[in-house]
Amino acid sequence: MANDHSDDKYYVPHSSPWPLFGSISLFVLMLGASMTVEQSGSGTTILAVGFLLLFVLFYGWFGKVVAEHQAGMFNMAVDRSFRMGMSWFIFSEVMFFAAFFGALFYARQFALPWLSGHGAKHLTSSMLWHGYEGGWPTNGPSALGPKGDGSTFETIPALGVPLLNTAILLLSGVTVTIAHHALKAGNRAVLKVALAATFLLGFFFVYKQIGEYHEAYTELGLTLGTGIYGSTFFMLTGFHGFHVTLGAIMLLVIWFRVLKGHFTPERHFAFEAVAWYWHFVDVVWLGLYLFVYWL
Amino acid sequence: MAHADTHDHHDHDHKPAGIGRWLFATNHKDIGTMYLLWALFMFFLGGAMALGIRLELFKPGMQWFDPGFYNSLVTNHALIMIFGAVMPAWVGLANWMIPLQVGAPDMALPRMNNYSFWILPFAFTLLLSSFFTAGGAPAGGWTLYPPLSLQAGDSFPLTIFAIHMMGISSIMGAINVIVTIMNMRAPGMTLLKLPLFCWTWLITAYLLIAVMPVLAGAVTMLLTDHYFGTSFFNPAGGGDPVMFQHIFWFFGHPEVYILILPAFGIVSEIIPAFSRKPLFGYDAMVYATASIAFLSFIVWAHHMFTVGMPLAGQTFFMMSTMLIAIPTGVKVFNWTATMWKGSLSFEPPMLFALAFLFLFTIGGFSGLMLAIAPADFQYQDTYFVVAHFHYVLVPGAVFGIMAGVYYWLPKWTGHMYNMTLAKWHFWVSTISVNVLFFPQHFLGLAGMPRRIPDYSTQFTDWNMVSSVGGFVFGFSQLLFVVLIWQCARGGAKATDKVWDGMMTGLEWTVASPAPYHSFTEAPDLTGVADSHH
Amino acid sequence: MLNRKMLSALGGLLAALPAFAYESSYNMTQGVTDISREVHGLHMTVFWVCVAIAVAVFGVMIYSIITFRKSKGAVADQTMLHSTKVEIIWTVIPVLILVFLAVPAAKTLVRMEDTRNADISIKITGYQWKWGYEYLGTGVSFYSTLASTSNEARQLHSGIDPNSVKDYLLEVDHPVVVPVDAKVRLLLTGNDVIHSWWVPDFAVKKDAIPGFINEAWFKAEKIGHYTGQCTELCGRDHGFMPIAVDVVSQEDYAKWLAAQQEAVKAAAAPAATTAANTAASASATL
Ligand code: HEA
Ligand code: HEA
Ligand code: CUA
Ligand SMILES: [Cu+2]
Repeated sequence: MANDHSDDKYYVPHSSPWPLFGSISLFVLMLGASMTVEQSGSGTTILAVGFLLLFVLFYGWFGKVVAEHQAGMFNMAVDRSFRMGMSWFIFSEVMFFAAFFGALFYARQFALPWLSGHGAKHLTSSMLWHGYEGGWPTNGPSALGPKGDGSTFETIPALGVPLLNTAILLLSGVTVTIAHHALKAGNRAVLKVALAATFLLGFFFVYKQIGEYHEAYTELGLTLGTGIYGSTFFMLTGFHGFHVTLGAIMLLVIWFRVLKGHFTPERHFAFEAVAWYWHFVDVVWLGLYLFVYWL
Repeated sequence: MAHADTHDHHDHDHKPAGIGRWLFATNHKDIGTMYLLWALFMFFLGGAMALGIRLELFKPGMQWFDPGFYNSLVTNHALIMIFGAVMPAWVGLANWMIPLQVGAPDMALPRMNNYSFWILPFAFTLLLSSFFTAGGAPAGGWTLYPPLSLQAGDSFPLTIFAIHMMGISSIMGAINVIVTIMNMRAPGMTLLKLPLFCWTWLITAYLLIAVMPVLAGAVTMLLTDHYFGTSFFNPAGGGDPVMFQHIFWFFGHPEVYILILPAFGIVSEIIPAFSRKPLFGYDAMVYATASIAFLSFIVWAHHMFTVGMPLAGQTFFMMSTMLIAIPTGVKVFNWTATMWKGSLSFEPPMLFALAFLFLFTIGGFSGLMLAIAPADFQYQDTYFVVAHFHYVLVPGAVFGIMAGVYYWLPKWTGHMYNMTLAKWHFWVSTISVNVLFFPQHFLGLAGMPRRIPDYSTQFTDWNMVSSVGGFVFGFSQLLFVVLIWQCARGGAKATDKVWDGMMTGLEWTVASPAPYHSFTEAPDLTGVADSHH
Repeated sequence: MLNRKMLSALGGLLAALPAFAYESSYNMTQGVTDISREVHGLHMTVFWVCVAIAVAVFGVMIYSIITFRKSKGAVADQTMLHSTKVEIIWTVIPVLILVFLAVPAAKTLVRMEDTRNADISIKITGYQWKWGYEYLGTGVSFYSTLASTSNEARQLHSGIDPNSVKDYLLEVDHPVVVPVDAKVRLLLTGNDVIHSWWVPDFAVKKDAIPGFINEAWFKAEKIGHYTGQCTELCGRDHGFMPIAVDVVSQEDYAKWLAAQQEAVKAAAAPAATTAANTAASASATL
């Protein structure tokens, strides 16, 4: 093996059980999810097994890659492949969010004006939704939601927790950058602290957001079922929160690797990948703050 | 040109044995083979459903299926053909050929490569298992429009999650292609020396990464509307069912170019090879491909002219759609100019490429007709549309795949195939595919809607003709299977260059069959003039 | 002998060709409205443009295939790599063609979208699987479903030959009735899923979308019976919710409308007496 993968050669692994294992875990996960939403029998159990398998997958597969990296099997070309792969993966995530932002813009620019008697389909309101005024926020002409008895729901003011969360994420963007500089400068002490600060801020963000959701559900009458406002609000912030959680977990893993002495000032792809991911999560939040909470 | 003959001693190195070679594969050729065989299998499955459709439509009256089951056949026929047959076939060809064409040892991310393949059988197991659920398989059309698609029973989440899995697979496949082409080219292989198959696939991969996540978002919204009370597509809550169509077609239109661009690439290699003349206008071809890809993002609502968009929207989408005829025309003209003053011969790959050229263009013309919004009010959701897209998809994308297989099969197996059988396959397919789909133009213009299991009696004659064509076309594909089988088993030894033509790609510099490990040492192309300038 | 037969058959076919162009089983109908004729004109224009381009492009291809064959000793001209001049030509000419097509198309589009100044307005609601019609401001409304003859024949293994059924799958129990030469405005919506209302002779196809009102219009110029079908997949019986429109003279229309209103009154009078009846008639008249 060794002579086959000398430093100037591109490392091609010879065979691996992980992809097949990964496909099976994905299958179990999706099957479990299907059965769960259909509320059939052992759905949640299968779903849980799926998550477990997925965890094993990441642990095993990524663990193997880390080991190969530590063994010096990856030359710079492999490193570049990983970087490019990660950037295009992030781009795909951006497009996933774009779909939901698109839904938000479409609803506000087209669907709601039509439903409330403006624009090309202006007869809609007088013939089907008498007296519906539209506007934003709204839970639609039927006033959907837990308080759909005609009463309204309240939104989360942009200046409260969301503003705090914005600050948290921006700060975490700074700390991760400090960590990166420290890594490049070989200053591992600062690296450890700044990285720890980053994921702690991340988890704190999630914690605050959970609190916010709790309030929305219990006090504001704002739920997933609260018409188009609730739908776009929770799906956008929810997927974002999910990504923050993933990102924070990734940061945590990287932190453990730092503690184990991984990464050099020159070679630290995994660190950078996670940092990029973190910045991406950050940027999406700014979009959310602007379009979901503010405007 | 540099060569890799010196690496023949690698030929049998590390070729894993037994089933593990396939299950745990990391070799781009093994994975490519699996993709291609999978695509073939799916083509037959989707084709069998199509033959079910044609059977029911052979004459008026309901003979075979319940209308609901008919709708399931149509829906799954399309999903299988698009996501199970054509897209995996392209990824399979990319796997086999891109490392060979750019002078790389393998795909850039070999394990992920295997992952993206193995997800597919599981995804389709999920999708097809819905045939056995209460309420049957999805029946709302491959376009999954709500509110109809939300009426599905237990099949609903299975469909959604299967689509998620297919999306994950495609995105990983696309990332691999991009990284391989951008990072793994042999020294001296500048971007403008890339074979066009690599170029068109590169651009296809960008399209995939841009739009598959959007489809994932769209179906996720369906899921939450169905199970979690959201109102994206529910007007009572301030949503709009048409919003789904916008999001879907933002994915869907680029998707149709995902299905065709790699075919453009293959044809751009085969026509010069058998015209013994460099491709005319190489740079223009690259720019035209990029323009098509760009335009594909701003034309989506031509599928929705009848939903009652504001006038400005209809006009915009009509005109942007028409624009696509220009870069596509540039391609057609360049192919024609390549043949002009060439020295043509008509081996099977060339035959398929030529059929592609004529029949895709016909499909393009009907596309242009559909783009004329006022006229589309008459065409929309009729068999005229069915005729249009089968022309671009069957003698378009599928013939493109077949041309590629006929071109490279000897390189893969090391054997020449049965030329007579190939020519039979070609002629029977080409004639029958026209018998199958040409009359559907008439049906559509005469007023036959699509997605109906039964029709008014004035449509009988052309439906009969179409069904006969369908069965001949379907069964003639068995010739293809026989041919591949024979070629894999044996036959005259293929030379490294395989064809007596003008092939410039690096793949023709390695042995036939191509050694198990591709360029373990990169060929050096620095200073080699590219043939197209 | 055989040859002669074939020739005369071919001759017959050729003679029929011009007829094909306007015969509804091969080509788009010209229809009976101004707009439908305009649309047909656009269709034929873009069709012939495509034919012309096809003749040119396929001509060059076929010529190349015949002339530049290796087996005929053709030698490839290896120097032909590209030519800015022809490349500009074959970009500019298609642009001009497209402009030539787009301008009249856009004009027609503008006319199609102008639903103002209608003489009568009908609200059309798509249901799984029937159509509901409501003549606004008249109190007249009814459902329209597939005629029972067709409905029996279309059942799986019904054993009834569709050819024996009049207007198989195109006949309904209650056709829409509209006056000739009147601008009829259609207000479309869906009750459950999306449907689409299409009558080819009027060149009207518009989706009926739940929760929204779409508009369309036509002005039929010829008295007659016109049919169409639902053209948006709407579930199991999507193929079985046809549309039938009777275009009648203004006087006949007035008579028809009066009779319908009479019937509504007759139905409403006894219904007012008991609450139970009210509910029943409400569900019967929309
Ligand atoms: C491989 C797939 C593929 C390709 C390449 C295309 C190519 C095109 N398609 Fe097609 N299309 C589909 C697959 C594809 N389509 C599918 C699957 C559907 C239906 C989906 C569904 O509803 O289920 C569809 C439906 C569809 C519609 C909606 C119809 C309807 O539902 O009412 C429209 C409308 O504009 C359209 C237009 C076009 C156009 C303008 C092109 C252009 O790209 C064509 C360009 C090519 C040419 C024009 C020919 C070559 C050019 C020249 C020789 C130059 C000179 C020409 C001129 C100046 C005219 N397509
Ligand atoms: C790449 C995509 C692709 C391909 C290759 C095809 C291929 C074919 N399609 Fe399909 N089709 C679509 C994409 C495609 N189609 C889409 C997107 C739709 C729209 C769906 C919707 O409305 O939602 C559609 C809809 C569609 C319809 C319209 C249905 C309706 O609206 O009601 C019809 C009808 O004739 C049809 C027919 C065919 C036929 C006969 C083939 C033939 O080319 C198939 C060739 C046949 C074979 C290859 C079969 C080989 C099988 C045997 C020899 C039998 C032996 C069997 C076994 C061993 C299992 N297709
Ligand atoms: Cu109603 Cu289709
Ligand atoms: Cu399109």
